Amino acid sequence: MSNKDLNQYWKTNLKYLIILLSIWFTVSYGCGILFADALNGIKIGGFPLGFWFAQQGSIYVFVVLIFVYVNLMNKLDKKFDVDEK
Amino acid sequence: MTVQIWTFIIVGLTFFLYIGVAIWARAGSTKEFYVAGGGVSPLANGMATAADWMSAASYLSMAGLISFMGYGGAQYLMGWTGGYVLLALLLAPYLRKFGKFTVPDFIGERYYSKTARLVALLCAILVSFTYVVGQMKGVGVAFARFLEVEFATGIFIGIAIVFFYAVLGGMKGITYTQVAQYCVLIFAFTVPAIFISLQMVGNPIPQLGFGGTMADGTYLLDKLNQLSTDLGFAEYTSMGMNDRINVFFITASLMLGTAGLPHVIVRFFTVPKVRDARKSAGYALLFIAILYTTAPAVATFARTNLIQTVSNKSYSEMPTWFKKWEESKLITFTDKNNDGRIQYVADKGKNELVIDRDIMVLANPEIANLPAWVIALVVAGGLAAALSTAAGLLLVIATSISHDLLKKNLMPNISEKGELTAARIAIAVAVVGAGLAGLNPPGFVAQVVALAFGLAASSFFPAIILGIFDKRMNKEGAIAGMIVGILFTAAYIWYFKPQLGGPGTPEGYWFGIKPEGIGVLGMLLNLVVSLVVSRMTSEPPQEIQELVEDIRIPRGAGAATGH
Repeated sequence: MSNKDLNQYWKTNLKYLIILLSIWFTVSYGCGILFADALNGIKIGGFPLGFWFAQQGSIYVFVVLIFVYVNLMNKLDKKFDVDEK
Repeated sequence: MTVQIWTFIIVGLTFFLYIGVAIWARAGSTKEFYVAGGGVSPLANGMATAADWMSAASYLSMAGLISFMGYGGAQYLMGWTGGYVLLALLLAPYLRKFGKFTVPDFIGERYYSKTARLVALLCAILVSFTYVVGQMKGVGVAFARFLEVEFATGIFIGIAIVFFYAVLGGMKGITYTQVAQYCVLIFAFTVPAIFISLQMVGNPIPQLGFGGTMADGTYLLDKLNQLSTDLGFAEYTSMGMNDRINVFFITASLMLGTAGLPHVIVRFFTVPKVRDARKSAGYALLFIAILYTTAPAVATFARTNLIQTVSNKSYSEMPTWFKKWEESKLITFTDKNNDGRIQYVADKGKNELVIDRDIMVLANPEIANLPAWVIALVVAGGLAAALSTAAGLLLVIATSISHDLLKKNLMPNISEKGELTAARIAIAVAVVGAGLAGLNPPGFVAQVVALAFGLAASSFFPAIILGIFDKRMNKEGAIAGMIVGILFTAAYIWYFKPQLGGPGTPEGYWFGIKPEGIGVLGMLLNLVVSLVVSRMTSEPPQEIQELVEDIRIPRGAGAATGH
């Protein structure tokens, strides 16, 4: 694999990381902590929304984020032909 | 049948299961002993990681803590799960590609330095040992209370079981036993939660149930908020008495600590491929999430049940569970106004009831009048949680000694067979040592666990991340960063923890940050020091820069090797 390709592969990986970790931060620290009070004004069923994000929602999002990353990277590995045979 | 007989039967059966699995999964080589031969499927590894990660604290204490903290309990829920995102995205695949046995292995090779390896080795042993002592104590307590044996006897039974499968099977035995333990503990945690959810809100899914309505048509959480405020407590679902800055910092510190704990990281060396390491972190979090999303539901149910059962009720009419826990002094009632009724209120001067938070999970099935076998199941689950975590930690200690210290430092010519024997002896000594320490636990064990997270966050996490993402990082930067990060964090915790003999008071907290949350600042300090020092010193050798480029791409990940 050429250096140029390697750079491109790594840059795309970093782009994925930045996007996914921004979501990770926004959901847990944003919705679950910093803006929890404001979101508590909204209710979904019996759950105040800020409370729901802090004790439920953020955990679901964490799980989804990892599987999204796994899929993105598997595709990227194939595209750059660096996947494991 | 009584709870005690049920407990004997269920705990006995689970122990037979663990021993059977251990005999089936014996280790024959160092590779099997350290990383289970590197052939564990991502799904099985996910389950084993989940059991390894969820300790007696997650299983027995967390729901109780949340039920007394309300919203603020989120710091544990998010803190102990969010770290897996960091692990999966920033660490696991690269460490798997690197393909060695231990965390000190990575630090030592990436920073081409025996000093770095030794610093990492000492941190790994310290962090793991403080953790494991607490687990052994948990095992002793669970046995003592439910099998009515002496505390010491309980610990000895625990030592014997862990000794058997850890010494025999190493990582291979431990991994497959943990898969069995995960099944036991998750079943035992969710079954009572489902029963109680059906009872209270008629919904079999606890995660949805605690947002549901009760028989009288009001939402359960609204009802609980009302009950809490009526008694002078803060609203259950709002920030209340928790201060935002500490919820923020403690959450972050637990997340970073999770991603830096050696017994978690080493898990990702056991799968065959890089893409398995990524996927395995996802499975691990999925399996952990089943417990972590059930726990806040359990907390809400338990809190509501508790208040409704005791508040302003006549003491003489209390159910048997109340009397039973009163005997063990974990519930105390003093009738201050002599009216024969229980006043459970926020005002300390008027409050008559004190409840130990740790009993909530164990007492919950009794409070909800569930059958005796469910209670016995909860005990078996607690033991599974404690034993699986203890085994994983002990393995880290043993590998640090036999592999990193003996093989890589003191006796480089030791044979494979000799190293395996050394690993077995090391793990045997570690099990017995941890058991004895658990017998006479230093009073500050709980405090030291906070230290373990802080240390992991402020030492390993930045050193590993920079080792992967910053090609220019050299040994001077990494060592300086680790030392500054650790010393700063340890000093802050010592200074502000009176239990450790420190002189500080809460008024002196920097930016109001509690010692439990300081690992974040330690981590940032480590990052800054590492970057500055590395840019002022010479760049790492060419072969190290090539190594970094190599671990960034998945292809060519062979099996983990020790040579």
